[in-house]
Amino acid sequence: MTKNPIAAAAVSILALGLALGVTPATAAGMDATIGMQLEPPNLDPTGGAAAAIDEVVYANVFEGLTRFGPDGAILPALAESWEISEDGLTYTFKLHSGVTFHDGSGFDAEDVKFSLDRARGDESTNAQKALFADIASVDVVDPTTVKITLSKPNGSFLFNLAWGDAVIVAPESADGNAANPVGTGPFKFAEWVKGDRVDLERYPDYWGAAVKLDHVTFKFISDPTAAFAAMMAGDLDAFPGYPAPENLVQFEADPRFSVIIGSSEGETILGMNNKKPPLDNILVRQAIAHAIDRQAIIDGAMFGYGTPIGTHFAPHNPAYVDLTAQSAYDPEQSKALLAEAGVSDLTLSLKLPPPSYARRGGEIIAAQLREVGITAEITNVEWAQWLDDVFKAKNFDLTIVSHTEPMDIDIYGRDDYYFQYGDPDFKAIMADLDQATDPAKRTELMQAAQTKIADDYVNAYLFQLARTGVADAKLKGLWLNSPTQANDMTGVHWEE
Amino acid sequence: MTAYLLRRLLSLWLSLVAASLVIFLVMEAVPGDPASFMMGINADPQAVAALRLQLGLDESLPLRYLGWVAGLLQGDFGVSYTYRVPVSELIAERVMISLPLTLYALALSTLIAFPAGILAASRRNSAADLSVMGATQLGVAIPNFWFAMILVLIFAINLRWFSAGGFPGWDAGFWTAIKALTLPAIALALPQASILARVMRSSLIDTLDEDFMRTARAKGLSRSQALWRHALRNALIPVLTILGLQFSFLLAGGIIIENVFYLPGLGRLVFQAITQRDLIVVRSVVILLVFAVIVVTFLVDLAYAAADPRLRRHRR
Repeated sequence: MTKNPIAAAAVSILALGLALGVTPATAAGMDATIGMQLEPPNLDPTGGAAAAIDEVVYANVFEGLTRFGPDGAILPALAESWEISEDGLTYTFKLHSGVTFHDGSGFDAEDVKFSLDRARGDESTNAQKALFADIASVDVVDPTTVKITLSKPNGSFLFNLAWGDAVIVAPESADGNAANPVGTGPFKFAEWVKGDRVDLERYPDYWGAAVKLDHVTFKFISDPTAAFAAMMAGDLDAFPGYPAPENLVQFEADPRFSVIIGSSEGETILGMNNKKPPLDNILVRQAIAHAIDRQAIIDGAMFGYGTPIGTHFAPHNPAYVDLTAQSAYDPEQSKALLAEAGVSDLTLSLKLPPPSYARRGGEIIAAQLREVGITAEITNVEWAQWLDDVFKAKNFDLTIVSHTEPMDIDIYGRDDYYFQYGDPDFKAIMADLDQATDPAKRTELMQAAQTKIADDYVNAYLFQLARTGVADAKLKGLWLNSPTQANDMTGVHWEE
Repeated sequence: MTAYLLRRLLSLWLSLVAASLVIFLVMEAVPGDPASFMMGINADPQAVAALRLQLGLDESLPLRYLGWVAGLLQGDFGVSYTYRVPVSELIAERVMISLPLTLYALALSTLIAFPAGILAASRRNSAADLSVMGATQLGVAIPNFWFAMILVLIFAINLRWFSAGGFPGWDAGFWTAIKALTLPAIALALPQASILARVMRSSLIDTLDEDFMRTARAKGLSRSQALWRHALRNALIPVLTILGLQFSFLLAGGIIIENVFYLPGLGRLVFQAITQRDLIVVRSVVILLVFAVIVVTFLVDLAYAAADPRLRRHRR
């Protein structure tokens, strides 16, 4: 191989050094390695629902016309501005010029038309196809102007366009995005070692403000103990969705790390089968809601991290109404309600998916229900089984699940949704909300929706999932909250 | 010997066919639709239906089985539902980690077990024997994932000599890769070495008590000469059986260790594929493991025959 004996010796010494564990200092603090619990199944946010896809590519590799800011606000992205017609039916977007895809091809209004038509088309496998249901047509006005016409006004349209499922892709590369994503974002895809990591590198021709990091590596570590070891050993620079809240105290005590506690979009609920007797009786549902001590679940299952909620809405949202008092912990009232409903010796099935909020929370809830005379029979299920058995077949009484999609209160308007509510009055509120574009009117309707489902005790509302993260104390700019499931690395940088 | 070989090959082939059918049917009976898993709980039903069509999940059961087997015969394992890349590619990547890890662990385990077993057997009831037996007792009793975590705690978190886990890839250089596999290999090897050392010891002791050993001693060989020349070869048969079993066990069963060290190996691939209902991956890896086990058993049988000519004669 090498002819120079000195070089050969140096190489051997270096190899020996590596073998013995002497790692040469890494070049500079321009790279970041981020831990994630789940590996994305593919890297195409328009072709699957896994949150892990967005956690890697959202805002980093792919961009939409609009985007979520760190606080959940809707910001311009590929569209620099827009105009909405008086009747709320026509949206005219002005696009940034000089934007290129990572394969060098140009971005223009044709790409927007292609992406949106593809997402809403008949053969679309876009998991959030419903986001585009109101689009009547997408028209290219000129290369930097695109006009979208809706069939009816939709107050959430700009919000819908900010979702990962609505990112803009190019016709040339769209089919390959699952394995080799080509977007317009500040980072381009470099390598995916399946089961281990995805590497991104800075895209030098990015149209917007340049990012500070040269490389970002997302490393997939599913085991909580392994995640702890990897942070402690310095293999990772941050773990934004850190899976073991029990270790956070230890990180807090260590000056090498900063602990980031924010809010997420995850409303964790005790889902009830509203059509199955005796849960079709509102008194029984109300009794269950009053039997639950939320703080005990937060303390016992989540090590104190989480915010109690009384309805299906994120507390950090300006339109949130605190309705926790309406279903306050009151075992005596709970027993009275059960007596009033004429229910005794009630045995209910409680099906728990794998996350710890469900498995640990379920044990505590079963104990709390026992106090008021309800026996909860716990069955642990895998996600795929949960989808079949609970979600599709509705073969359950109670279940615990965190609904992590942003602004997903509309699921209560769906007839066939697993908790089987689909109340006509609620649907009317949702229809009005779709029509409304005035912010004050929208707030009023969103609050009416929150109150309606709390009044009907559709589910027992437990807590808003906290976003618990750990990072190297010198790494700045990570999101505190997660308005959508993303690890937006565009503002992340090292500080001395 | 040829007839023996042919008979063995035929039974190997039949086992594989039976295994493929059982695996396929078991996978079909598992609840959970791959398409709805991929699309999540807010998914549009139309989009889920489109995906099912795309993945070929709407075809009939026999058609899908035959399609799978026909593919296997041509070395085509199909395309992963979740990753959307050829399954063979996925498996090949993972085998590049699991196989070296298994061999590394087996080598370590043999290197520890043989001398320890021979030492203990040749000096029966001495202090050396007692300490080997004590240590192996401990090695068998300690769960390997716990031992793995202790290794991480000491060598990765406190001393910082090793990474806590992960695999840099063989492109990163041979030593870097070997280094990443060292702690996992030690964690895997320790219990195996303990078992192997105990088997080695008792097998040797049994052999040492045989008549032909007395004859050898009577001919004037010293105790250790007799051991090395005659006993060792005869004592190897049970040890080979254990080694063969350990190979299959380690290849598929390294999953816990792969989780502790977050190594992207075969075990973790199957585990992940099961939870994601990537049934085509599960099927293919399982049939491959069955194949590996059958082949290793076959090779161990051949090795028996080589170690002990009597076995060859009996089977003819």
